[in-house]
Amino acid sequence: MAEAPPTNDQPFIEVRALTMAYGDFVVQHDLDFMVNQGDIFVVMGGNGCGKTTLMRAMVGLQQPAHGSVLYGGEDLWRAAPEVRQRLKRRLGVLFQGGALWSSLTLAENVALPLSEYTDLPQARIDEIVSFKLALVGLAGFEEFYPAELSGGMKKRAGLARAMALDPDILVIDEPSSGLDPLTARRLDELIVELRDSLGTTIVVVTHELASILSIGNNSIYLDADTHTMIATGHPQVALESGHPKVRHFLTRGTT
Amino acid sequence: MPDDTPWQLDVRPHGVDGLELVLGGRWCMDGVLPASEVLAKALERGIRRVRFDGTGLAAWDSGLLTFVAGVMKLCTARGIAIEASGLPNGAQRLLAMALAVPEQKVALRSAEGQGLLAQVGGATIEFFRGIPQMLNFLGEITQSFARLFSGRAHFRRSDLWREIEEVGPRALPIVFVISFLVGLILAYLGADQLRMVGAQIFIADLVAIGMVREIGALMTGIIVAGRTGAAFAARLGTMQVNDEIDAFKTLGISSIDFLVLPRLLALMLMVPLLTLYSGFIGMLAGLLVSATIFDIGVYEYYTEVLRALELKHFMVGLSKGSVYGAMIAYAGCLRGMQCGRSAEAVGRAATSAVVTAILLITIAASIMTIVYYQLDI
Repeated sequence: MAEAPPTNDQPFIEVRALTMAYGDFVVQHDLDFMVNQGDIFVVMGGNGCGKTTLMRAMVGLQQPAHGSVLYGGEDLWRAAPEVRQRLKRRLGVLFQGGALWSSLTLAENVALPLSEYTDLPQARIDEIVSFKLALVGLAGFEEFYPAELSGGMKKRAGLARAMALDPDILVIDEPSSGLDPLTARRLDELIVELRDSLGTTIVVVTHELASILSIGNNSIYLDADTHTMIATGHPQVALESGHPKVRHFLTRGTT
Repeated sequence: MPDDTPWQLDVRPHGVDGLELVLGGRWCMDGVLPASEVLAKALERGIRRVRFDGTGLAAWDSGLLTFVAGVMKLCTARGIAIEASGLPNGAQRLLAMALAVPEQKVALRSAEGQGLLAQVGGATIEFFRGIPQMLNFLGEITQSFARLFSGRAHFRRSDLWREIEEVGPRALPIVFVISFLVGLILAYLGADQLRMVGAQIFIADLVAIGMVREIGALMTGIIVAGRTGAAFAARLGTMQVNDEIDAFKTLGISSIDFLVLPRLLALMLMVPLLTLYSGFIGMLAGLLVSATIFDIGVYEYYTEVLRALELKHFMVGLSKGSVYGAMIAYAGCLRGMQCGRSAEAVGRAATSAVVTAILLITIAASIMTIVYYQLDI
């Protein structure tokens, strides 16, 4: 029974003719896809195909060369600054390395978005912070500094920060890299649970096959050779009847 | 169901020793929600069981979850049984996930609340602990130099050229500005005193010898310490944060040879040249002041400078520049290599590099001035 979103005819997230480039080097061109509300949308592709670049364009960090990213019909890159600010607030982003602020404790890291964007009293913020850290399995680590944590713990703490404000859309870069299989599975379960309970739409950049096939219900495959997408849709469908390259990827090269 | 009814909380007795919490309305973070402590009193009166009824909930998010988690904590502390089945399914599952991993009990070390005496003591111990590290680093550099002269030091020549370009030519504009102004000040200062004895022409001697022997090297040293010493520390510190230094170690490549040596050589070569440049610029400024303000002819000034300057003055200036360059590279690389593993530590390393470099320069300047005086150079 999560909060009902404003209903309109616009798709939840729509990417239109998106081309991303570094100078003359085109990373990916003409990407067209849609993410529906409540999707767990997987961005797949080999190393260096531009998954992270696509993520950066989708969350407003890197200006695409052409094309647009629309949230509920509003263009992130062409919107007025205050509209863009509002759109960005609906996003929670987890970076590959966690990107925790190293001079703040874990609790302060998670609390910062809450104290910036809400009027909650400090006591409530502390409670929320403890709960979010408990959700990612880090209860009791409130007073630790990022430098005192392992890579996997930093990543989970980063997730706690990304979901501090209960964002509508959670964008996660490589959730399971650096995590042991059990923790990775727990994280997958948490992602599914966030979608089911809070209605969060989730965009995951990953090449973890187990995750892709167990949690994803929509996807895009970015090809590193042709520099564009060659498949979109349910990963299971892509595995069974998709483009040979995608099948090759999803079976670790055995077909 | 209207979404905007505010939160409702009813506390009802349930059976003999039970309590039912009836939750209704909108439990979201954007509204003002109650703290779980409001129930502390209600839970005191011989309650053994607590259950929830969430059928009236219109909307919820982490606001509800945090409240329920708080209530659960209160109950566990009092040995009260919790029945969460009345909550929405999703909320139950998320709460179960949050409680799945037990809280880590760790003794937290706190550095705060130390008295002044303890802080001074700590800082003193820290200072003396730093000295063996500094000597150790000096030793490693010396060994690295030995490898360089026996041709076994590994570093890329291109790195050396890049550092030379970075610390030398790119510092020319700032060295020009500072040296010119210092030369100007020196000329004015001298002129004021020398005019009293009618010996204005000696402005040329004062500025030439002063700039070439002392001030040129000192100014260049301080500029380079701020410009390049800090950059070295930040660069090496960031590499430390990214495990790049450890990567050298595991490959058996000496990070001193590869990273410190080219920087040290670059500074030892470039700072003397910058010192020379600084001296000439200073003399130029002196000439400008003498000729325009104090009526000393350009040619007169020129011959006086030639008469005053001896080769030994240049040698003194160049040797000082070289020593200062080595000090700056040493301080910058030392602090970079000692850097901790956070963005904050990189900042501290850069600050510390500049402070250490200026301290070392000042000490070296004093010692060299005294030694040169005693040797009558």
